[in-house]
Amino acid sequence: MAQNYFAPKVEIPRPLYVSLGIASVAVVFGLWCLLTYGGFTPPDFLAPPDQVAAAAIKRIGNGSLLDNTEASLTVILLGFLFASVLSVPLGILMGSFKVVEALIEPITGFMRYIPVSALIPLLILWIGIGVEQKIMVIFLGTFFQQLILISDVSARVSKDLIDCSYTLGATKRQVIWRVLLPACMPGVMDNLRVTMGWAWTYLVVAELVAANSGLGYMILNAMRGLFTDVILLGVFTIGILGLITDMIFKFARRRLLPWSAEF
Amino acid sequence: MAFLDITDVTVRFTPKRKPAVLALDRVSLGVEDNMFSVIVGPSGCGKSTLLRLVAGLQEATSGQMTLDGKPIRGPSAERGMVFQSYTLFPWLTVRDNVMFGPKLKRKGPAESGRIADELIAQVGLAGFEKSYPNELSGGMRQRVALARALANDPRILLMDEPFGALDSQTRQLMQELLLSIWQKHRKTVLFITHDIDEAIFLGDVVHVMTARPGRIKRSIPVEMERPRGIEALTSEPFMALKREVLGLMHEEAVIADRG
Repeated sequence: MAQNYFAPKVEIPRPLYVSLGIASVAVVFGLWCLLTYGGFTPPDFLAPPDQVAAAAIKRIGNGSLLDNTEASLTVILLGFLFASVLSVPLGILMGSFKVVEALIEPITGFMRYIPVSALIPLLILWIGIGVEQKIMVIFLGTFFQQLILISDVSARVSKDLIDCSYTLGATKRQVIWRVLLPACMPGVMDNLRVTMGWAWTYLVVAELVAANSGLGYMILNAMRGLFTDVILLGVFTIGILGLITDMIFKFARRRLLPWSAEF
Repeated sequence: MAFLDITDVTVRFTPKRKPAVLALDRVSLGVEDNMFSVIVGPSGCGKSTLLRLVAGLQEATSGQMTLDGKPIRGPSAERGMVFQSYTLFPWLTVRDNVMFGPKLKRKGPAESGRIADELIAQVGLAGFEKSYPNELSGGMRQRVALARALANDPRILLMDEPFGALDSQTRQLMQELLLSIWQKHRKTVLFITHDIDEAIFLGDVVHVMTARPGRIKRSIPVEMERPRGIEALTSEPFMALKREVLGLMHEEAVIADRG
């Protein structure tokens, strides 16, 4: 029945799924080994795995990797937190109240197409090159995107669900707190998870310009010395941190919203 | 004046950049207390609009509506509604869904719980109190929705094709269940459907609506004994009524088809 595995939307056995996943990682890793140990690429073009491991051990030992990770995490978590705290309530209101939509729509519609990197020069002029500026980059990069995604979640809450609440005796205020808000939660969680991934992208952009700590800074600094092992170490660290935050979101959703279907 | 009194109600929709639509044209209808009234009509005839007006979810362009002599203004717990779409709150368990209305009325958790448990048992879902809606079948969800509407002890129960999304076997079982519960509560019910069998099987009276613009074409009393079982569906009086309603509906379908 192997040919069935190539039909669209057909389930495959779990062991096969896992082995395919392992195989894809193994192929990439193998290719990396082949290129570096096979002598096809010089170390200052692509560092071999053992050099990256050595760089990791050295930088974990002297604490610099942890310091840079901490600096980056502070920026990303604060920026993301400020953005989410504002965008979730505002987005829910925007999606369900035409008054709020009319007020905010023109600004968000404009801001969403502006790459946050285009604003960095202004931000430096206004608030300097400290940590506040980087937090602001994360904030601006995620806030407007979150606002639009969450307003969409709110707009898609079934009208019948709202109407039904009124016929059960709910007031407008009760409908907002007891129906609209909980109905939005699964969509809010999913979109926070997606925008968290984007926040990591903006983090590196923020740290590539005028920074003296953080993983982005570490990567850029390593480039100047052609230390590709350190560059790769930085890239892997960001990748792993991204995976961890993603898993935290998945876990939180399963624990906090056990009633919503798996995604 | 009837318990629910609808007089000369007109609804005109004026969509942007489109010609105005006359959905309901001077509809008058009386619904008697403790009766099971059914409105049957072709799709798009405005029967759902009429029910939404009674629920207070929509406003008429002109006309009057009163419940027990008092004008209807806005939605209220005294006019409970069961929708065709699944409207259970997915984040609440079956029990908490049914307790939603009583809790809003600031009834204590003990009393709300007692009301909920009794109604959940009546709709045959004892044992599912802690289940979430996404764990239930369509028929079970609509039974919870019925229990939830009844938990408020409304003066009138409005039902907008509540079994429309169910398969025909489940649908028949739901109709029987609804009747057995209705025998106990004797609530005033206004039920909407496009299914003639369903209308006659359930109703004390069947109001046949015209195609758009909707009007009441004829009101037909259903003189069949209760309690009614499935054997009623093949009885002679049922067949006679069905022939009559089918004839009226067919005329309307032909008119609607000509546009």
